[in-house]
Amino acid sequence: MGLLSRGPQHGYELKRAHDDRLPAGKPLAYGQVYATLARLERDGLVVSVGADKAGGPERTSYGLTDVGRRSLHEWLESVEPPAPFLGGVMFAKVVVALLAADRDTAERYLMSQREAHMARMRQLTQHKQQATSAAEAASADYTIAHLDADLRWMQQTMARVDALNEEITG
Amino acid sequence: MSLIEARQITKSYGRTTALDAVDVHLGAGEVVAVTGASGSGKSTLLLCLSGISTPDSGEVWFAGGRLDDRPESVRAVLRRTEIGVLLQHGQLVPELSATENVALPLLLGGARRTGAVRAAAEWLERFGVAAVADQLPGELSGGQQQRVALARALVTHPRLIFADEPTGSLDSVSGESVLRAMMAAARNLGTAVLLITHDATVAAYADREVHMRDGRILSGLASPAMATA
Repeated sequence: MGLLSRGPQHGYELKRAHDDRLPAGKPLAYGQVYATLARLERDGLVVSVGADKAGGPERTSYGLTDVGRRSLHEWLESVEPPAPFLGGVMFAKVVVALLAADRDTAERYLMSQREAHMARMRQLTQHKQQATSAAEAASADYTIAHLDADLRWMQQTMARVDALNEEITG
Repeated sequence: MSLIEARQITKSYGRTTALDAVDVHLGAGEVVAVTGASGSGKSTLLLCLSGISTPDSGEVWFAGGRLDDRPESVRAVLRRTEIGVLLQHGQLVPELSATENVALPLLLGGARRTGAVRAAAEWLERFGVAAVADQLPGELSGGQQQRVALARALVTHPRLIFADEPTGSLDSVSGESVLRAMMAAARNLGTAVLLITHDATVAAYADREVHMRDGRILSGLASPAMATA
């Protein structure tokens, strides 16, 4: 849906845009693209806006509905529950924020996510200080170290927001 | 009421804007972490809040009084009596023993030598470094040096401590133990702490975080201040 935020596209274009813009993710299968579009259309989030046949098989283009656009922004404004290994979804939100909104929204999304991660880190740090066993402290240390890795990634990505914006929307 | 507060402070070095209309406040007994990458403005903020430097525009208030427009001699007294400073490498005086280093701020404030030395010994005991009281800083480990520096920062019972990367030169185990000692003492005495760090695991010891980038304080999507900007 984020990829549709800048205008209608058909399935092939969506697959190509997805694979280009989220290079770290798994390439999307065509079947998955059309199944997802069918599900989004059923739920009223996208609508087919016409077909073109330019020298090949007929291809249907899909665009976001108002409901779809609202739903996309709601997703964008929600932070992920702070837990390790969120790299993929956090990066997807940055890319979609740049596509559907602007660099400030992307930066503020990263800051919201940082606030959520830091709140969890504070809880774990407090928990660790009150830990009654070494195992409890070691377990808190493990999660703290992984959240810290995410936070480092967020900070580096904040420093790269302008370059990403250029690449993705330029 | 805030113990210390920066209102819209701006500071530039040549063409570089180190602080861009920054608002920060710290309540009595509150522990706040200021985070951000190198060059984000954290150290300049500390210089302006402690009165070592003054902002180009904006105001700094301490305990209900304006700080930044007072003469340096007044700010220096305030730093010696109301504010404790803990830096990355301790910055102990190399020619003085641990006890003499801790007693120094009291002696500079006009205290009698016997009383100052007794107070220093108590603080060294409190931070687990009584055994090295007579040694010179060069003979101590990094963690011991930071504990002595922490004792020196607290010996005057300041209302506020500025801790700039206090564990930056330590391994994670000694860093954690210095942080714990600092937090326990601050909570116990009701001392506010401004903790400057680039390390999120250190910032997690604070009550809240102020994150800086390019001389500004960043806020998230839910923040009303940004939503109306």
